[in-house]
Amino acid sequence: MELFIHQVLAGLATGGIYACMALAIVMIYQAIDHLNFAQGEMAMFSTFISWQLMQWGFPYWAAFFATIAISFVAGVLIERIVFKPLDGAPVLSHVVGFIALFAIINSLAGFIWEFTIKSFPTPFGTKSPFGTLINAHDTGMIAVTLVLLVLLYLFFRHSRLGLAMRAAAANPDSARLVGIRVGWMVALGWGLAAAIGAVAGMLIAPVVFLEPNMMLTILLYGFAGAVLGGLTSPGGAVLGGFSVGVIENLAGTFIPVVGRELKLTIALALIVAVLTVKPSGLFGRRVVSRV
Amino acid sequence: MTSALLEVRGLCAYYGAIQALHGLDFSLAEGGVTCLLGANGAGKTTTLRALCGMIRATGNISFAGRPITGRATEDIVRLGIAHVPEGRGTFSRMTVEENLQLGAMTRSGRAAIADDMARVYGYFPRLKERQNQQAGTLSGGEQQMLAIGRALMLRPKLMLLDEPSFGLAPLIVEELFGILRALNENEAVSMLLVEQNAALALELADHAYLLETGRMVLSGSAHEIGSDENVRRAYLGY
Repeated sequence: MELFIHQVLAGLATGGIYACMALAIVMIYQAIDHLNFAQGEMAMFSTFISWQLMQWGFPYWAAFFATIAISFVAGVLIERIVFKPLDGAPVLSHVVGFIALFAIINSLAGFIWEFTIKSFPTPFGTKSPFGTLINAHDTGMIAVTLVLLVLLYLFFRHSRLGLAMRAAAANPDSARLVGIRVGWMVALGWGLAAAIGAVAGMLIAPVVFLEPNMMLTILLYGFAGAVLGGLTSPGGAVLGGFSVGVIENLAGTFIPVVGRELKLTIALALIVAVLTVKPSGLFGRRVVSRV
Repeated sequence: MTSALLEVRGLCAYYGAIQALHGLDFSLAEGGVTCLLGANGAGKTTTLRALCGMIRATGNISFAGRPITGRATEDIVRLGIAHVPEGRGTFSRMTVEENLQLGAMTRSGRAAIADDMARVYGYFPRLKERQNQQAGTLSGGEQQMLAIGRALMLRPKLMLLDEPSFGLAPLIVEELFGILRALNENEAVSMLLVEQNAALALELADHAYLLETGRMVLSGSAHEIGSDENVRRAYLGY
């Protein structure tokens, strides 16, 4: 029983990271109807920035918040420079844009910081408040993710800017008619997604270690979470992310065939299963369009 | 006649390569209600869309003395033109209250916005009853009221109304037009009204234009147009 609880808690901890990635994916998906393949690389690059800041002597939390701010600005810039000109372009143009972004960011990180694996500090120490049940970093990850999610919820539910962003994503034409600058709302969405990704990257780096390919599998789990929850539902994406974390951990522990090596397969199997059985996800909305 | 709030000269509009409006001239008096009449496909909706920059348009549009041709929709809206589109364009998954909040998105001043919200609820008590309901669950009439209420939250100088009676029961339509008249009188909102239901529109309007395949064919006071037997028979169908 203790093993079970232990695995569930550890699953929730990594699940929080998947939830953040899923949320970042869904935010951009809602704004521009495309999946941002480069989301993981953006998060990885942000993590490197925070590592660099710490190398230069910044304390952890200063580097943490500075990185969030830098990532936000970078996200806005990426939208303005790369994706705004692609507005209205066919799907494939966007896909190529995402792949280019992926490759550029990945090699740039390798070029600047090299592909050797680096360790990344955790700010949560080693002494867990819950004894052996869950370690200190996992506890910290869950706490930070929950705080982040609550902040985002409050922002989107109770601030005018959040309302405007939701309106711009739900119905751009009507949003323009009430005077919302839809283009800027999309850019803000990119900024927020980049900032959320940065938090996820910095939290998971002590676990998976820092290197340019660190976010590859994390992003896949993030996709699985987003698809499971439904790509149109931010709340669903968060729940999906947490579920994927828990499912992955339990399957890895209790299904003998799966083990550690086949864990990633679970994410892929989950994506395929959801897409075949319930394409709109658990909480998504079915979109019917006239052709 | 008071000064013109909206002055349009040689307005042409295009959907891609297809020209939909061929040089419209018209104007709208401050505080007045003007209606655009015409059959399906005459270009009434297109005219409204061209006025607020939703489609490509050429010509001269000036609003309160400022040229607005070719400007972005959100900038035109910020000048005080509220468009109530055909099909209402409400945010269906948001609550009534949120929809109204969105109408005031370009304004600042919490207290003034709260006052206006109360005023909108005064005109449309039914929206007050449903304030926390998702807009998509409202009836057609209520959604139209919400769309008009949302437009009011902008404190517009000019309201563009596209087929407000569309798909609504006669009793609701009557109620709605009563409210529109009250808004015009109490809130000093000028209106440009597009309607299929000519009799109804002419009752509310003081001035009318008749459109036919993207051209103005007739203009006059609502009374003149409504009482001209030939016009009525040929264009208005009643």
